[in-house]
Amino acid sequence: MKIKGIKIPREKASEKSETIAVPLPESVNIPMLHGLGDECTPTVKVGDRVLVGQKIGDGDNAVPVHSSVSGRVSLISDITLADGRVCKAVEIKTDGRQEVSPWVKPPIVRDRESFISAVRESGCVGLGGSGDVTYKKLSAAADLLIVNAVECEPYITSDYRCIIEDGDNAAEGIRLVMRYLSIDKAYVAVSSDKEEAVRILREKTANDENITVKPQRPRYPLGAEKVLAVNLSDKKIKLGEEPLEKGVLVLNISTLAFIGAYIKTGMPLVTRRVTVDGSIVKTPCSVSAPVGTSYRDLLEFAETNIDAAEKILSGGPMMGVCVGDVSYPLCKQCNAVTAFIKPLKDKKPTGLIVPAKETGCFRCGKCVEVCPMKLMPLKLERAFDKKDINALKRLNAQLCLNCGSCSYVCPAKRRIPEKNMQAQKLLADEA
Amino acid sequence: MEFIKTSSPHISGEASTSKIMTHVLVALLPALVMSGMIFGGRALMLVAFCVLTSMLWELISGLILKRGNTTADLSAAVSGMIFAMTLPPTVPFWMAGLGTFMTIVIFKQIFGGLGRNILNPALASRLVLRLVFSARMTLWAVPFTDSTDVTTGPTPIVTGAEGYYDIFMGSTMGCIGEVSKLALITGLVYLAAMRVTDLYASLSFVGTVCMLSYLIGENGLYQILIGGVMFAAVFCVSDYTTTPVTGLGKLIFGMGCGLITCVIRFFTPFTEGVTVAVLAMNLLTPLIDRLTERRNLG
Repeated sequence: MKIKGIKIPREKASEKSETIAVPLPESVNIPMLHGLGDECTPTVKVGDRVLVGQKIGDGDNAVPVHSSVSGRVSLISDITLADGRVCKAVEIKTDGRQEVSPWVKPPIVRDRESFISAVRESGCVGLGGSGDVTYKKLSAAADLLIVNAVECEPYITSDYRCIIEDGDNAAEGIRLVMRYLSIDKAYVAVSSDKEEAVRILREKTANDENITVKPQRPRYPLGAEKVLAVNLSDKKIKLGEEPLEKGVLVLNISTLAFIGAYIKTGMPLVTRRVTVDGSIVKTPCSVSAPVGTSYRDLLEFAETNIDAAEKILSGGPMMGVCVGDVSYPLCKQCNAVTAFIKPLKDKKPTGLIVPAKETGCFRCGKCVEVCPMKLMPLKLERAFDKKDINALKRLNAQLCLNCGSCSYVCPAKRRIPEKNMQAQKLLADEA
Repeated sequence: MEFIKTSSPHISGEASTSKIMTHVLVALLPALVMSGMIFGGRALMLVAFCVLTSMLWELISGLILKRGNTTADLSAAVSGMIFAMTLPPTVPFWMAGLGTFMTIVIFKQIFGGLGRNILNPALASRLVLRLVFSARMTLWAVPFTDSTDVTTGPTPIVTGAEGYYDIFMGSTMGCIGEVSKLALITGLVYLAAMRVTDLYASLSFVGTVCMLSYLIGENGLYQILIGGVMFAAVFCVSDYTTTPVTGLGKLIFGMGCGLITCVIRFFTPFTEGVTVAVLAMNLLTPLIDRLTERRNLG
């Protein structure tokens, strides 16, 4: 059974505007941890001069981090990431010259091993928001590549702009992964309402008969990794299994476009395309910004009255994480920065929809209907309220993707995903 | 500067509890209009009285139980209206007020409020009144006589000498809301169109009663048109809180209700088959829910 998903607002006001490079910020603050994986240890000291593309952090089980600017390291301090983890961050005062490190040169790629190690050296993580450790994903055996260009979250258009502006690199990235990992089939999943993207992807892969563009219904959360694997592959993914265990490799289109470009130029992941939008952003756009640029610089570039903001999110409104203040740096996996004003009561909702008052759950079952993982959110909520570990296990609380569909459709406005996340922690502590 | 930090999702759809309850109230309107035409103004006053007292009990009990004023979600109005619809048009106002007290306070608030009750509050309260005030609860008004002309009897369903047309339109004796099948079906179509109900329980209930009746040698069509079958099919077995959540669970629930209704109607001397059937299945709902839990996806 295919997962249908729900209809949510698109709000993709930034999709028509070309990606612009933000002016070089005065300083960047680069965390030593982006997405999943372990924290890097800084390889530079305060006072060191660094160049664009120079490695500034590395670790055994980590993805290396590179400097996105040329300048001098001014501070190494602790930073609390949006998801609550704490890591070191390297602050670099820019010198405006953007001198490129002599180490930046195209990697020599001959086979699978050298390809994977090149991807590791590039500092690549999942750019679609997941922050998966890409080189680890590539290390597993796979026979189907699903390219995720669905981008079903409202507001976010960075993948869409990537297809429009960087389609050649994206197609090249797909070919490289297929060639070096000997995968003989690839599906490119893209939202069917993005006609331009469908057209370009078809055009760029016209000569590759084993790459098929598969338009998906514009529904949420059809761009979630597991949902894609279920909807596009004919493999049965059993309880608790990841798509990769069944040989289905899901990679984001921007990640592949980066890999395509990196193999050509050798420039590691130091800048990324990020959508800046939200109800108080005057000129919604996707920008190309150095990793470590502060949210303030990004929002001000898009003419945002930050003082009027109530909420700043890293990501879109369905799965985005709140950021406490605008000095927060742009991370590698962050595909959007969205800012919202408290909506006016009698205005038609443009950004955040004012939630109606929360009432008791009266078991209407809408959450059960929409859950892509076929969980029973209403039962999970009660099981968590009672701290009933056995029930949480039986109901497979750990499978929740935190997609928020249940909460979105809930007439009683229950905050179910929030409790589910806590339930998952509870289960993890128990184990 | 610090911004608000809340957990995702940060947007929410347009659905709300009060909107759903409003849909149910709208679906009850055809039955209300028909009852006004059939039984006269007193029936309408009785319904209004039940709705108002329900909301009053909800307000008072909510404040005492420190749950705040929850009347705005309109669930009390719905319970009160459904309860009123299950009364004979002749019941005295004090009895109706007592009934709404039991509906809201005893069978809902004490169980934990909205969504926590096990039994359908309106039907549970009706059954208590029926047992305690047996005579007054079986005093039926003759249609089109403004409730002055009354007749007593075990239940009007066994006197059924009316033709199908009369039964379908509602010019029969019976409870305020249950007489006009046309009005009830209109309500059901509205609820289905508004995606408030998915019809699983309603159709399986009516279907089971019909088929079992034919199997036993009774007239199945007649059996689904008389008594409270249609009313319960539209407004009781489709209740969210007291019925299972999954489609399969709802099917089982409807079938169980149909089976018990038929057993009571054909093999026992008792009346109130539908009320008892729904309440009995309400009690089994947690079990059905547990047995029909979905298989999760990897």
